[in-house]
Amino acid sequence: MQTPAPFEYERATSLEGAIAALRAHEDSRVIAGGHSLLPMMKLRLASPSRLIDINDLTDLQYIRDEGDEIAIGALTRHVELLESELLRAHYPIFHDAELVIADPVVRNRGTIGGSLCQADAAEDLSAVCAAVKATVVIAGADGTRTVPMSEFHLGPWTTAVGEGEILTEVRLRKREGAGSAHEKVERRAGDWAIAAAGAAVWMDGQTLGDVGIALSAVGLTTIDLTRAEDLLRGQVPSEALFEQAGAIASEDCTPIPDGRGPVDYKRHLAGVLTKRALRKATARALA
Amino acid sequence: MNISISINGETVTRDVEPRTLLVHFIRDTEGLTGTHWGCDTSNCGACVVLMDGRPLKSCTALAAMCEGHEIRTVESLEVDGVLDPIQQGFHEKHALQCGFCTPGMLMTTRALLDENPNPTEEEIRMAISGSICRCTGYKNIVAAVRWAAENAEVTS
Repeated sequence: MQTPAPFEYERATSLEGAIAALRAHEDSRVIAGGHSLLPMMKLRLASPSRLIDINDLTDLQYIRDEGDEIAIGALTRHVELLESELLRAHYPIFHDAELVIADPVVRNRGTIGGSLCQADAAEDLSAVCAAVKATVVIAGADGTRTVPMSEFHLGPWTTAVGEGEILTEVRLRKREGAGSAHEKVERRAGDWAIAAAGAAVWMDGQTLGDVGIALSAVGLTTIDLTRAEDLLRGQVPSEALFEQAGAIASEDCTPIPDGRGPVDYKRHLAGVLTKRALRKATARALA
Repeated sequence: MNISISINGETVTRDVEPRTLLVHFIRDTEGLTGTHWGCDTSNCGACVVLMDGRPLKSCTALAAMCEGHEIRTVESLEVDGVLDPIQQGFHEKHALQCGFCTPGMLMTTRALLDENPNPTEEEIRMAISGSICRCTGYKNIVAAVRWAAENAEVTS
């Protein structure tokens, strides 16, 4: 039987109240879907003194068109990301990823804010948000601040969200010529990725104006493939170029051997999936 | 802490620790041991119940988080001796052997049929992709869900 260590529980009725509770209680943590935190608590990998349940803060649950940007509330569930026509029109990478994140029952509960804050290197949405160069809004007692995804991951399971702060929103810039895709290989439905790659491209005429690529499950954190992005930027997309980007992905990832496979297999997968994601993202941008 | 949860339309109130999982809160209630406690890691789906009509793995929710929500368990399917079509379908198509996964399978597929009364085989397989059956394979379970879709109005 797996049981979390004892803790206090409270239900937040406002964002301000949740932040105040986080500040008032050392080692307290926010719980939303709970599908990462509760398993970690059962294994005693996490033992917060108090859980602050934010599931009633439904004003954090939205996917909004804000003109030049799309805003996603932190409490938005995976199933809502999967079904969003707005997201699918601008960033189909979310739909790709959500089809293979956990399983449909878990997707009813898990949230985007929880996924990003969990910052598990094998988690898909971190790579998706990194690839599309999202920014996140973090709220604390002194107001809010905005952090780009490139500065969000500080290390394994560690993010820019500080003590007494809550991630409240993910923001995506609508940009011309966008195409995006996510590719993942997993052993079976619901398992972590063996490897996954997210790619976004923004075409400038016939050339790649900007590129974002991120890998899951092949390093201690989500890996931003900046070397491959630099290679591709300003180039005319081609199979040869994607092949080179894949080679960089294989080189720049740092997988460990485990039950999901040995290192050379994971490096190979990272390369192939990067190439496929770039190919699909570019085809979507040009469609 | 005192927790009140609506389970199958009846309010159950008990004094439990905050760390009490929903699956145990349900199973510790008289007459409600139909929900199975399986892998405890949200992988197997044996513990699936409905929360506000949507399937939820009850091993990965605190009872405290469910206060104010409507929980439905497998016991709610049969009414006055009449089986729900999904139960009848599992019977007709031999969709179980040991029965351990069955409560979760029934609730997951009941929710599927409530949302999509005529699912394709692919949609059924996607819906139960978070539920593991070690006896039958999934062929008969898929056939049972199709049977229930085709006999939605039939009573046993």
